[in-house]
Amino acid sequence: MSKLKYALFTGCTAKESTPEQMMSTLAVADKLGIELVELTEASCCGASHLQDYDDFLSLVLNARNIAYAEKHGLTMVTICNTCQLNTAMTKHRLDNNAELKARVNEKLGEVGLEYKGTSQITHFLYAIIDDFGLDKIKEMVVKPLSQFNIAPFYGCHNIRPSELQNETHKTPESSYRPTSLDDLIIACGGTNVDYEEKNKCCGFHAELQSPKTAATLTGNALAGAMDQNADWMVTPCPLCHLKLDTQYHHASVAIGRDVKMPVLHMQQMVGLALGCTPAELGLQHHVSNVDFV
Amino acid sequence: MNNNSITTKDVTFKVFRFNSETDYLPTYKEYKMEVTSEEVVLDILNRIKWDFDGSFSYRRSCRHGICGACAMKVNGKATLACKVNMHEMVELFGNEITLEPSSIKRSVKDFIIDKSDFWEKHAQAKPYLEAEIDETPTMENLVSIEDNDKIEDADLCIQCGACHYSCPAVEINEQFMGPAAFVAAYRFGIDTRDDAQGERLDTVDTPAQGVWDCVKCYECADACPKEINPIDKITKLHNMVFESGKVRKNVASRHAVGFAHSIKKHGLLDEGELVRYSEGNIGVLKHVPVALQMFKKGKIVLPWNMPKSDNLDEIQKLIKSSSTTKF
Repeated sequence: MSKLKYALFTGCTAKESTPEQMMSTLAVADKLGIELVELTEASCCGASHLQDYDDFLSLVLNARNIAYAEKHGLTMVTICNTCQLNTAMTKHRLDNNAELKARVNEKLGEVGLEYKGTSQITHFLYAIIDDFGLDKIKEMVVKPLSQFNIAPFYGCHNIRPSELQNETHKTPESSYRPTSLDDLIIACGGTNVDYEEKNKCCGFHAELQSPKTAATLTGNALAGAMDQNADWMVTPCPLCHLKLDTQYHHASVAIGRDVKMPVLHMQQMVGLALGCTPAELGLQHHVSNVDFV
Repeated sequence: MNNNSITTKDVTFKVFRFNSETDYLPTYKEYKMEVTSEEVVLDILNRIKWDFDGSFSYRRSCRHGICGACAMKVNGKATLACKVNMHEMVELFGNEITLEPSSIKRSVKDFIIDKSDFWEKHAQAKPYLEAEIDETPTMENLVSIEDNDKIEDADLCIQCGACHYSCPAVEINEQFMGPAAFVAAYRFGIDTRDDAQGERLDTVDTPAQGVWDCVKCYECADACPKEINPIDKITKLHNMVFESGKVRKNVASRHAVGFAHSIKKHGLLDEGELVRYSEGNIGVLKHVPVALQMFKKGKIVLPWNMPKSDNLDEIQKLIKSSSTTKF
């Protein structure tokens, strides 16, 4: 297999509130021999809020990000579920609406860019599962996570809406019974924990305007994993991670019980199994204890 | 082998049972059946009633996916019982299938639920045209093809409640109108014959009940048996609220606008400034305890270290030329 190479769309949190997401992505890519070309020109995807204010502007900015991946001739890889959704949704809309694509390209033309639709978009989770391969990861595991019960938390924007995700992912994933993260846990030698909230919302996007709803959803997710005796949770979404890792106080108040547990980024879990050190994976940046490492 | 041949699968059903007149708590009764490849979920409900227990209660009517009466859940998946093939559910979930009403907590008797909350919220959206009617018109009240196209598929809603009872915000926030009501608000609000758009936008812009409390999980998009994609209509309502100039200036609307400000300044989102801009200088103080915890762990970027996108001038030029909304 030739070396895998992607255009990396970091999103905003990897540069700010989840530096460990960036660190662990680079560490895992290095271990797997995946080359990442960072799209330093990329802007924020709008995180599903800019589109509420100005849908067309959101399309233009996301199309610009994809246009840079196209300039490299590479598949764009995201490391945030919401970046994944907004970028994939932009691609879907432009690829299926010639008039809209022309309007967007008229704007991009003002800065010498063009959206062609030639680059695919995938999340790092699916890049390592579908492109690199679970079997190969399994062969590379040097520190199997065999003593841990690990609760997968998928995050909405990688699995819904199904129609878009089925079009985007090479291996279709059911939003009602997702398997990718469970499969990755098993490949890393861990035991996957099944619980009702694993494909539910963490509440991140309503945190400011609807704090009670957001905190209750966070609490339900943490409690669901704890009730199934999970040692820790793992998620491919840095926004879910922020909510679950830093908001446990509010979540505990909202649901009336103490909920707190370690929450790892998907890359950190893989990195641990591949033999990366906790410091390389940025575990020192977590708010909830990660004593188990 | 004939591809049209009927196959069978052995399935164990765990079925929600509850009678509000006699039971304190619900139970799950187990029924084992051989299910054929031709049966839909509604056939199973019928067989439970006809073959096992005549007291089992559920709603059904058209059997053609257009009345919405038989909405329910299969292993948590919102389902129109008359539309979904049973073998497809077994392929998705395995041979142990849990059948439940759309909302467990609203069960009156088995799968029959009290949908009064749904209808009250639906009524809030004014799901009808409000217009001054000329009682002696000289010509038809025509709608252009372009204007009719804006209604999109919002007209196809059958009020089954699948999206409403799949929405986590509806479950937690009793005031939240929910996706079906928003689809109705969009459908009639976008109709050029309607005179009540302003009133509807005011309703959906109201904190707690309106579109701002959507958690953006896309459960409604997956739940809808008519593939209406309610969250797409919620986004359009957001856009209409801004475009109408009627938007209330509060934490929710400023949160959306804050993204544009931040991207214009940095390309990337300034997370800390976004919270301050959304909440205001006083409101932001409630986030200080969490911010301090994050700061200790190296998760807060100070303003003078805020990263910027390369070619920021391009982004700024595009924002200037492409913006369609003012705040």
